[in-house]
Amino acid sequence: MSTYFNEMYEHGQVREPYARLEDWTRAMPAELRQMKQAEAEALFRRIGITFAVYGEGGDPDRLIPFDMFPRVFTQNEWRKLERGIKQRARALNAFLLDVYGRAEIVKAGKVPATLVYQNEAYERAVAGFTPPRGIYSHIVGIDIVRTGADEFFVLEDNCRTPSGVSYMLENREIMMRMFPDLFRENRIEPVDGYADALRRTLASVAPAKCDREPTIGILTPGHFNSAYYEHSFLADLMGVELVEGADLFVEGGFVWMRTTEGPKKLDVIYRRIDDSFLDPLCFRPDSMLGVPGLMDAYRSGGVTICSAPGAGVADDKAIYTFVPEMVRFYLGEEPILNNVPTWQCSKADDCKYVLEHLSELVVKEVHGSGGYGMLVGPKSTKDQIETFRLKIEENPDNYIAQPTLSLSTTPTFVEEGIAPRHVDLRPYCLVGEKIELVPGGLTRVALTEGSLVVNSSQGGGVKDTWVLAE
Amino acid sequence: MLSRTAENLFWIARYIERAETMARLLEVGARIALMPSAGHGYRSEWESLLQASGTAEGFAEKYGDPVQRNIESYLFFDRDNPSSVVSCIERARENGRIVRTALTAQVWDALNVAFQEIRQLERRPRSELELTVLTEWVMRQAAMLRGAIEATLLRNDGYCFLNLGFALERADNTARLLDVKYFVLLPSVELVGSGLDNYQWQTLLRAFSATRAFHWAYGGDITARKIAHFLILNQQNPRSLISATISAMDHLDDLAHTYHKSGPAQMRARALVGELSELHIEEVFEEGLHEFLTRFIRDVGELSDMVYNAYLSGESR
Amino acid sequence: MIFTVSHVTTYRYEVPMRSAVQSLRLFPSRFDGQRTIHWDVAVEGGVRGGSFRDGAGDKVEGWSIRGPVTEVSISVSGQVETIDNAGVLRGHREVAHPLAYLRETTATWIDDSIAALAIEAAGDVTDPLSRAHRLSRAVSEAIAYTPGRTDAQTTAAEALALGEGVCQDHAHALIAAARSLGMPARYVSGYLHARDDGESHEASHAWAELHVAGIGWIGFDAANRCCPDANYIRLGSGLDAREAAPIKGVAQGAGEEALEVTVALDAVQQ
Repeated sequence: MSTYFNEMYEHGQVREPYARLEDWTRAMPAELRQMKQAEAEALFRRIGITFAVYGEGGDPDRLIPFDMFPRVFTQNEWRKLERGIKQRARALNAFLLDVYGRAEIVKAGKVPATLVYQNEAYERAVAGFTPPRGIYSHIVGIDIVRTGADEFFVLEDNCRTPSGVSYMLENREIMMRMFPDLFRENRIEPVDGYADALRRTLASVAPAKCDREPTIGILTPGHFNSAYYEHSFLADLMGVELVEGADLFVEGGFVWMRTTEGPKKLDVIYRRIDDSFLDPLCFRPDSMLGVPGLMDAYRSGGVTICSAPGAGVADDKAIYTFVPEMVRFYLGEEPILNNVPTWQCSKADDCKYVLEHLSELVVKEVHGSGGYGMLVGPKSTKDQIETFRLKIEENPDNYIAQPTLSLSTTPTFVEEGIAPRHVDLRPYCLVGEKIELVPGGLTRVALTEGSLVVNSSQGGGVKDTWVLAE
Repeated sequence: MLSRTAENLFWIARYIERAETMARLLEVGARIALMPSAGHGYRSEWESLLQASGTAEGFAEKYGDPVQRNIESYLFFDRDNPSSVVSCIERARENGRIVRTALTAQVWDALNVAFQEIRQLERRPRSELELTVLTEWVMRQAAMLRGAIEATLLRNDGYCFLNLGFALERADNTARLLDVKYFVLLPSVELVGSGLDNYQWQTLLRAFSATRAFHWAYGGDITARKIAHFLILNQQNPRSLISATISAMDHLDDLAHTYHKSGPAQMRARALVGELSELHIEEVFEEGLHEFLTRFIRDVGELSDMVYNAYLSGESR
Repeated sequence: MIFTVSHVTTYRYEVPMRSAVQSLRLFPSRFDGQRTIHWDVAVEGGVRGGSFRDGAGDKVEGWSIRGPVTEVSISVSGQVETIDNAGVLRGHREVAHPLAYLRETTATWIDDSIAALAIEAAGDVTDPLSRAHRLSRAVSEAIAYTPGRTDAQTTAAEALALGEGVCQDHAHALIAAARSLGMPARYVSGYLHARDDGESHEASHAWAELHVAGIGWIGFDAANRCCPDANYIRLGSGLDAREAAPIKGVAQGAGEEALEVTVALDAVQQ
């Protein structure tokens, strides 16, 4: 365990951002902690923050485990992260606009054409289209891991519709309710500006045809979706409509909501459904979730879809390797945040290396998400490794590999008391007229001892994430 | 608001009102069954109850003969029965979850608590559950929801759609409950005015939790005419057909006011209220109580369709 | 050649539909091989939506029809001048990258026999243009032009196994074969003027375009064993027939739909 960076203790000393938390934990006896934990859970249930876990049956209204021990960044640490994240979000958007337009980066030979145009996430339907302000990805979630006091790596980018921001907001809300003293003693940057910032961002990309205060809606697949709570939560916080495909129709090149007072024009759609379900006329003809004619209205400038269909081509794990190159190419800057070194099994040399070092590496599917379909070498049995070897040999293009990172740990409340657990961080960067980032993000924690998988679908929990004010 | 949101709100109210009616119906059945029956026997009384609730076919398919315990299960706990208390409460809560943000925390709590508690009730052995405990539980949940709505909800169009749901469902349900009397008594005209007849009328009153209210309003002997008047034409009785219809009209008028637009639903509601206001109870008996109720239920159904077309279908322009 | 086009498509619904929405790719392409003199598209009782030119250079226009709908009628009338460009799509402005046309679809799924046909046809020829011609010829030979044996849902593999089909099947098979060799290919819909060969031809037509390195997109009509010439009017393209369909529509409601199409294509002057 000593090889992992502990964000609270370094060389037996409490690191500065956590200084006041030590007293806090010391002053909290076990019974009080249990009481508080139960209180937190009751609050989550009452608010209705639940998450459905696929394929396991049981109670559909499951809670994501919430750990009360906050994760803390100093103002200095955050400033660097913030600059790095914004830089990356700008580069990713420049890349998207480019590959759906003149494709300069491909012509320059910096990114292989096949990786872009043969990518499943590349949408011909938006080729040649310039969305309002040239922005394709309006909400960029960037997953970051830490391996040392000053070492941060980007694990992956999420340019489509990164989820989880409701937890960031609710975790803070609940912490403030339960431990008001903590917030008096520590000066913590607030996160509750997120909803306003999101609304501003969405409004700022309204179509040019919209000549009044834009009407915004969140498009949800419906109340059976595991993230429905988040959709309704965000709609409520922003004061915008939460719509399903059946609530909308297209006429005269615009999108209209079916309301009790007749049709009402919708200008900006923050969609939380996948590209292929957006419009049965353009994509999957069997989609019941989408709106027929939506893409025509979009491309003729009657409505803005956030994020743009096809934005996924930038967050693909095969494209990921090229993001530092994008930063240099489009911005003329050096990347502030580094990528994790990545082997691409599509390259013969890389693949050979990966197959020889399976037990040390983390292998991921190029198009996988949510921690499914991955192999964590050091934590796997011989059998698991051999099974995976066959999969890679069968379809090498589908896999990338990364070294097993020494993910940092933060103190976490566990049954026996307090123990270090591995964490990552997902901040949410908003890209519109301005690029905005609320100080903090969602910290996910692997609650099982020694585990490096932080995904909520695989037993991960969440923490409140603090950025200390100066 | 979105038509779908309005529809969800409308149905929250309808399902809760319906759950309550089911509970009241069960109570009527249990009471009538305690009476020594006159000729046509215990079985047919329960059967007429299923008839009145519109669930006779589904029940016969699943259970066959109407046995009280089975009927209780079917009307209360059975998910195969779309009108059972448990079905209604689950759907009301699901409709609520969908429009969670259009509700206050208190209204959501009321729906959610009812949902959580009925799941617990289900797990208890049926032998431990007295019918009266169950029916009282339902009334309490419904009352809490109504209280939360009245006390906390914004008086906007959403409030109107909730109350339209309550009013239209109540108008329909009161008429159906009243019609039980027709099904139960139908074969024996000679019993009219007998002790048994009065007992059945009283049971109906009890089912409406209105015995005391009735005495306050009328006094003296309980007669069929007084009771019919009370349940159909008395504006002091919140469950009467006229009260429910007036409530529907008022909320439709509020909507027309809010939206600056009136339509066929408003006109129809006003016509219905007008007709009931002019009606004498003698005319009801002349037409025949059952015939009158059948016509009324149809009228309310048509009004519901108009509400649907005007606001909930999403097709209005 | 100058053609006048008159094309009416009528959908009739047994039960009235709540509404209908359509996306039309019914406008002549702009390239060196053809010039639009005038062109008019109208949907009876419909509301015209936005229009735009997509990444493949096709003009698309949306239409909505308010319910209740019992009949939707789409009328096209216009005049186009064409010249023979030996099938080469010269001067066509498009942004979509050719590599995006290597993606398989259900209709153009590459099964073993398509892959085998392609390998055999290509033989040891490496010049991409010769390869394309050989593939087209091989598909012409493998699938006999026989109307009525296949339908709109028939896949390339099925048509090849059957050995019979119509222009849609030829195009799908040629596309699948080309893609199996890593050659980008796409489906093109348009009109074909009947030749004076005594046989009757349908005026609505479809063919394939293959992307030949160094030249660009070239049309191949395997059904007629040729490349598009001045008798062809090009409308739009896509990965397969469904994507390239001149009319895509959805009607909301239940009930059967009947379709009636009349196309008249007349040469104005030689």
